[in-house]
Amino acid sequence: MTTDPRPLSPHLQIYRWQLTSVLSILHRASGVWLAAGTILLVWWLGAASDGPEAYAGVQAFLGSWLGRILLFGWSVALFYHLCNGLRHLWWDTGHGLDLKSVYAGGWTVIAGTAALTAIAWLAGIANWSR
Amino acid sequence: MAMPRMRSPLSRAIGLGSAKEGVEHWLAQRVTALALVPLALWFVIVVIELAGADRALFVEWVRHPLPAVFLVLLLIATFYHGALGLQVVIEDYVESEALRFGLLIAMRLAAIVLAARGIFAVLKLSLGA
Repeated sequence: MTTDPRPLSPHLQIYRWQLTSVLSILHRASGVWLAAGTILLVWWLGAASDGPEAYAGVQAFLGSWLGRILLFGWSVALFYHLCNGLRHLWWDTGHGLDLKSVYAGGWTVIAGTAALTAIAWLAGIANWSR
Repeated sequence: MAMPRMRSPLSRAIGLGSAKEGVEHWLAQRVTALALVPLALWFVIVVIELAGADRALFVEWVRHPLPAVFLVLLLIATFYHGALGLQVVIEDYVESEALRFGLLIAMRLAAIVLAARGIFAVLKLSLGA
């Protein structure tokens, strides 16, 4: 069967890095990372229901440096995926699809992620050391 | 305006568009996303509130109906949304049909098992002694 010579996308490395593509890739990456984080969520809930010893194990892990770094990574991913997800829902209504709005929204998402992460950790650390 | 012919003759003859399906997936992804906006924000506030708390405080909190119901809703929406998202990732990057099929099944099973384990834990804490 003969087909028309249809246009093909160039390979990914041809493109210059730009805000739009980076944020799009990050949305997917943060989603996959958050899916992995659900294991911790279920481990935490399961340990709480199993008893004090199991719960102490989770607490010890979350209190360790590795646990804290992972927790920080999941918090950034959650806030980013949330902010950028709202941007996607806004696009789905047909709004904000011109280039200027896309860039303004992208920078807003980055600022929102940074602000929410900072607020959450400052509040969390304040509570932790009460 | 004459459109350039981007589609193959076979695709035009079958006339099902490019993907043939996906509307339900698309819509469910967005409905669960909408549900997760308040649920995720609520969960973040809860985690901040519980930072540094011991198990006794957490258990006492989860015994109230509202936190338990919200946690179950969060688990359902999270694993539904996550499974839909991971499905697209697997479909996009795994070329081998056999491996793709296996991964999709394994991913859904894992999502169901994790969701069930989480919901059982919440119910046990909420209803149990």
